[in-house]
Amino acid sequence: MLRVARLLAAKDLRIELRSRVVTNQVLPFAAIVMVMFAFALNSDAVVSRVAPGLVWLATLFSLLTLVQRSFAIESADGATDALRAAGVDPAGIYLGKAIALAVQLAVLEVVLLLSAVVLYRAQLRLSGVVLLVTTFVAATCGLALVGTLYGGLAAGVRGRETLLPLLLLPVVAPVLIGATRATEAALGTGGATVADGWPWVGLLAVFVALFGVGGTLAFGPLIEE
Amino acid sequence: MPTPKSPTPETSTPASAAPAGGASTGTAFTRAIGLATIIGMGALAVFGLFISPADVRQSDSVRILYIHVGTVWVAYVAFAVTALSSAAYLWKRTTSLTWDRFAGASAEIGVLFMALTLLAGSLWGRLSWGKFWVWDARVTSTAFMFITYIGYLAVRGLGGSHQQRARRSAVVALLAVLEIPLVHFSVKLWRGLHQDSSVADRTHVTLHGLMLFSLFVALVAFSLLYVWLLMHRQRVLAMQDALDDKGLDYALQQRRSEGDA
Repeated sequence: MLRVARLLAAKDLRIELRSRVVTNQVLPFAAIVMVMFAFALNSDAVVSRVAPGLVWLATLFSLLTLVQRSFAIESADGATDALRAAGVDPAGIYLGKAIALAVQLAVLEVVLLLSAVVLYRAQLRLSGVVLLVTTFVAATCGLALVGTLYGGLAAGVRGRETLLPLLLLPVVAPVLIGATRATEAALGTGGATVADGWPWVGLLAVFVALFGVGGTLAFGPLIEE
Repeated sequence: MPTPKSPTPETSTPASAAPAGGASTGTAFTRAIGLATIIGMGALAVFGLFISPADVRQSDSVRILYIHVGTVWVAYVAFAVTALSSAAYLWKRTTSLTWDRFAGASAEIGVLFMALTLLAGSLWGRLSWGKFWVWDARVTSTAFMFITYIGYLAVRGLGGSHQQRARRSAVVALLAVLEIPLVHFSVKLWRGLHQDSSVADRTHVTLHGLMLFSLFVALVAFSLLYVWLLMHRQRVLAMQDALDDKGLDYALQQRRSEGDA
């Protein structure tokens, strides 16, 4: 199973390295969303106060695009069916796709965080680095696991473009809440201390554990047609 | 809750579900339930609007709660039935689409009553708190539950074979069971200490005996309505499935017999 996961993740990342769809389309999209937030909120003080939330909101929007891309490369040539026909363990497919998605998300999040520092004047601080990194790792895992799960469901059926956000966004609400509050604590936004952040990382960890197990079990029945 | 008995789709399809005219989803049992529902709703109107007293603090707006509590009760029961039916469908990997239809019918009713709950709740909130919406954990996760099951119904409508629909939607329904408590818990954490408004309101109130009885009437009446709707809707879904399965065969057979005649 782990070997399958590693091979699939490597395959997805290789496709991305060669096609550069995420680099050339999703990253610029995320950047323009960050600029648009500033237009909508129209105040330097407000923008810097809500910067962590905006980073995660932009991540969620980009996640939708990334997930669609992740399954577009499978369904285009009926690759999922081929994998299933070859008797590949669905749990391996699931974890492999999730790992590749997590790597892409992580790159995106770093860019978004840096753009928040530049555009919104968010302040990074040394004491919050451990919390910040843990939060980003946990949230990225959670988003990748859930995104792959619902992406697999929506792939291969008509109307998936409109269905994915409806299914995915309510489920990732706890990640938005937890990651935003933990990031606020790490950056010290609004006077939050680093210690305030750890319970939120706990919430993210519970989310990752539940959907990691649930997703591994559910993915097989969802994609088998 | 009526229990589906038949193990196979063929036998679970009512005899009257054939595409011939005169098909009906009513039986003596559903007619009895329907009659009881009408009586229950009549009693609720009398108790809720006339016999039960106005609240000391909330005056007449308290009467909205009979609807609010009744509908939210049905919605929760409906979603629980959806989850249990979905688990039953997946459990043995039998081909019983009856469980799937119960899950689907129940979710439809749940979404409808959740919408009524949110509507009645926000009207009551406007009267009692001066605002339509509060970011209370219970209110917010109720809204999430509403959206989640709208998504579930969308998944049911995706098409494919009946078994595909059943498996897909059963998995989504079980994932919703995973999601809802997490959302509730995280919204609760998010609100921190601010989330007491509705809870405090409820714990301080000691219910007048007649109010409590009216509330009881509401729960009974709405439960009867749920059972009545569920049975009819489940049978309509069975007919739709039967029509999908047999409709074409039936039409071919008709044309052939026309040819023979």
